[in-house]
Amino acid sequence: MEKKRSLLHEFTKGIVKENPVLCLVLGTCPTLAVTTSASNAIGMGVAATLVLLCSNVFISLLRRVIPDTVRIPAYITLIAAFVTVVQMLVKALAPSIDESLGIFLPLIVVNCIILGRAEMYASKNPVLPSALDALGMGVGFTAAMLLMGMIRELLGAGTLFGMQVMPSFYTPITVLILPAGGFFVFGLLIALANKLQGGKSKGRDFSCEACPLAGACTKKETEGACHDD
Amino acid sequence: MMIKSLLAVFLAAILTENYVLTKFLGICPFLGVSKKFGTAVGMSVAVTVVMMIATAVTFPLYTLVLVPLDLAYLQTIVFILVIAALVQLVEIVLKRYIPALYRALGIYLPLITTNCAVLGITILVLEKSAADASYTFLHAMVNAFGTGVGYLVAMVLFAGVRERLESADVPRSLKGLPITLISAAIVALSFLGFGGLVEGLLGGGV
Repeated sequence: MEKKRSLLHEFTKGIVKENPVLCLVLGTCPTLAVTTSASNAIGMGVAATLVLLCSNVFISLLRRVIPDTVRIPAYITLIAAFVTVVQMLVKALAPSIDESLGIFLPLIVVNCIILGRAEMYASKNPVLPSALDALGMGVGFTAAMLLMGMIRELLGAGTLFGMQVMPSFYTPITVLILPAGGFFVFGLLIALANKLQGGKSKGRDFSCEACPLAGACTKKETEGACHDD
Repeated sequence: MMIKSLLAVFLAAILTENYVLTKFLGICPFLGVSKKFGTAVGMSVAVTVVMMIATAVTFPLYTLVLVPLDLAYLQTIVFILVIAALVQLVEIVLKRYIPALYRALGIYLPLITTNCAVLGITILVLEKSAADASYTFLHAMVNAFGTGVGYLVAMVLFAGVRERLESADVPRSLKGLPITLISAAIVALSFLGFGGLVEGLLGGGV
C-alpha cells in the first residue's frame, strides 16, 4: 500500500507540485515557441514525452553501466538517438505537425527537462519509478503548454484547435500569437502559479538548482556562471 | 551582388530574425545571465564564437559527408556530438593558450552545449541552403556571425532593462521571473518594428 502510494506520487508530482514548466521553469524555449496554437502544443508535448519516457527508462537501466565522468555526453547521445526516432515517426505519421514544429522537433535534444530528469532522477532510481516520473513530467509539460496554447490561440486568433469559437464581433488580439505575446502570457502564468502557491517561493528566478547541468557544473561557485545572488 | 546578399543575411540575422526575441532560441541563458551587463556580454561573445566554429564544422560535414553517404537522418545526433566536442576543445585550447580569455569566457562554456541557439543555427542554415541554391557556405558563416551579434544586442538591451527593474516596485506575485518575462515581451514587441526594414534598406529582391 505504502509502495503503491509512493509510485503514484512519482507520477503526480510532475503534473502539479513540480510542474516542469510553471514551477521548475525548465524547457522555456519550446514552451514559448510552439504554443501559438493548441494543436501545436499537444504535438510538441507528445513528442517530448515520448523522448523523455524512452530516455528515462534506458538511462535508468544503464545507470550502473555508464561511468560517472562521461555521463553527460552519454545521456546526450542516448537522448539524441531517441529524438531522431521520434523525428522520423512524426514525419511519417503527422507531416503537418512536423511542418509547424519545424526546428523545435530536433531541438528536443537540448530541452532541459529531458537532460534534467536524466541527471536528477533516472540516474539514481530503478526503471519503474523513472518511467512514471517521465510520464508525470511529460503530462505536466504537455498540460502547461496546452494551457498556454489555448489562451494564446483563443485570444490571439479567436479559434481553438483551428475552429472558430469566439463570436464574430470579437477582434483577435493578434499580438498574443506573435513572439512578444509568448513572453507576456508565460510571465502572467508563472505569476499565477506563484500566487496559487501562496508566494512560498518569492521572487522565483533562474538559479543553479534549475540548471540541468548543476550537478556536473564545477563552476557554479565562480561568479555569475549560472547566475548568482 | 554577393556583398549585398551577404549584408542582407547579416542584418536580417541581427534584427528581423533575432534568435532570442523572434525565434525563442537560447532563452535560458537570455533570462539567466542577463542580470548584469558584464556577464551578458561575456555569454554572448562565447555563444558567438561557438556558433561560428560549430557552423564552420557542421555545414561541410553535412553537405560533404552525411548527404553523399545517405546518412542525413543522423543530423541531430551528429551535430549535438560535434557541438559538445567543440565546446570541450575550445575550453581546453583557451585554458592552455589564452588563460586571460579563458577566465573571462570559461565559465559560460559548459552551459553552451545545451544552448539551443547553437544547435538551432547549425540546422537552420542548412534548411536555408536547401531552400535557396545561392545560399553558400559564406552566407552560412555570415548568418552565424550575425546571429551571434543579434544575441549580443538582445542580451545587452535586456541587461539594461533589468538593471532598471531592480529598483522598481513590483507587485509581489510578479516579482522575479514573471516581471522579467513581461519586460522581455515589450523588448520583443519593439523588435517587431524592424519587420521589412532589411528589404527596404537594400531595395528589395533579397
